[in-house]
Amino acid sequence: MHPALSVILFTTLSGAGYGLLAWLGVLAPAGLLPADRGFGAAALGLALVSVTIGLLSSTFHLGHPERAWRAFSQWRSSWLSREGVASVATYVPALLFAVGWVVLGSTAGVWAGLGLLAALAAAVTVGCTAFIYQSLKPIQRWSNGWVLPNYLALAAMTGALWLAALMQIFGLDPLAGTVAALGSIPLALALKVAYWRFIDGTASRSTAESATGLGSLGKVRLFEAPHTSENYLMKEMGFRVARKHAAKLRRIAIGLGFVAPFALTLANLALGGVSAMAIAVIAALLGTLGVLVERWLFFAEAKHTVTLYYGQSTA
Amino acid sequence: MTSLPAEPGARRLGLVIDLDICVGCHACAVNCKEWNSGGVAAPLTDLDPYGAEPLGVWFNRVHTFEAGEGAASRTVHFPRSCLHCAEPQCVTVCPTGASYKRAEDGIVLVNEELCIGCKLCSWACPYGAREYDYDAGVMKKCTLCIDKIYNETLDARDRVPACVATCPASARHFGDLGDPQSAVSTLVRERGGYDLMPEMGYAPTNKYLPPRPRRAGSAATPAELAPAVPAGSGGFLAWIDRLLSD
Repeated sequence: MHPALSVILFTTLSGAGYGLLAWLGVLAPAGLLPADRGFGAAALGLALVSVTIGLLSSTFHLGHPERAWRAFSQWRSSWLSREGVASVATYVPALLFAVGWVVLGSTAGVWAGLGLLAALAAAVTVGCTAFIYQSLKPIQRWSNGWVLPNYLALAAMTGALWLAALMQIFGLDPLAGTVAALGSIPLALALKVAYWRFIDGTASRSTAESATGLGSLGKVRLFEAPHTSENYLMKEMGFRVARKHAAKLRRIAIGLGFVAPFALTLANLALGGVSAMAIAVIAALLGTLGVLVERWLFFAEAKHTVTLYYGQSTA
Repeated sequence: MTSLPAEPGARRLGLVIDLDICVGCHACAVNCKEWNSGGVAAPLTDLDPYGAEPLGVWFNRVHTFEAGEGAASRTVHFPRSCLHCAEPQCVTVCPTGASYKRAEDGIVLVNEELCIGCKLCSWACPYGAREYDYDAGVMKKCTLCIDKIYNETLDARDRVPACVATCPASARHFGDLGDPQSAVSTLVRERGGYDLMPEMGYAPTNKYLPPRPRRAGSAATPAELAPAVPAGSGGFLAWIDRLLSD
């Protein structure tokens, strides 16, 4: 599948934003984050701004962005529509939670409930994003049960790294953010590796034989393509990444996105002061960059069944 | 509404494509382009039409496949277009309600006024039936010539999709596949018509008829040219042959 930059940016940024929002909504009511107004404003602000940038950037690849509001209407059948509804609905508890924390200086009582509600809405929104892909049967590498846990874990991981960095910047005891990051990075890595093992080891459900129905005659191969230049289908669905590059990019994603942030966060337990702050920020940036590479691969490695009509024997 | 009709009608209009007699002339694709360039889905934009990399919207694409090995292999021309599925995920994934399936005849259409051009429907189609119009910013697809098949200003015999009307080999048939007594349903029954990628669960309405088996023995011994001069023959030809062979 063609990896559209706007969609990769959207899913990465909004994933990290919703991850951060979810951690804030859970940890603050649990009393694990100080009700520091400046920190609350910065953390909730970063979460909501990145979510908003992500949502806006997702409209850039539309043919008619001015009609984007129509996408809220079909939540009965469409995961894309549900994602839109959930993303907007999340603002309500999130902004009220922000009022309690930043304006009134409280994350207890009703504000704690709103925090938990915001966390739940954030998780639901990321889940809807995952289901947009997981529900597409023609793309076997998306249409499997590993996609949802991967999206949730990667959002939690990047959100935790951002949280740890923010706590360092505000000179707070970073323990809660550090533990959240150290816990979610190995989980996200394990799920990502499991996903890659699954897509590498699963036989193609559809073949050139089932796509044409000519399997009873023997092996089917394309003799003559229907057109000499590329069409929309080949540009959008026929994107192919060289196998060796995929392997290399997976190693880059693991190193940048998981191993380096984990090592830096671990090292930070022994450090303090300005160096710890710089290291936490670098860890958050690397983790986000790693997820961008991972998300590019998620698209580039996905194969669509329409390619079976254009010379591929499996999808 | 992008939910599928709660009570799908009995009529299921669609095509039956005979792979045994399709000659791969692309007339269906060309006439489809011609009709729909002036029909409800118009224009079918072409970008850079006379340049090095022309890129345009077509609702029909004719592929040619080889199946099998050696003398037993077959060359099969394979027209590909929207199958107007009974379970079209291209409709249910649409976030705006632009994609819809008609209850009365099963035709799958796009309301271009509602389409935001997110392209998700084309991702959800296993068959590559939908093509995005980069110029109009909306998705386009086969309408089964809805502006032709119901057009009462045309003669009754002309109220068939453009691809069917133009096929010089009569490899394309149009009719109601929801009616077991219709000519197309009978054809499917008699010839063993089948679904493409049944494993996807989209329940396509359009059916494909398989190439007929070869006549007995025809594949085993490929025909050879007759010898220029039959062995052991005499007469004038043999005399010429002897004369020129010296």
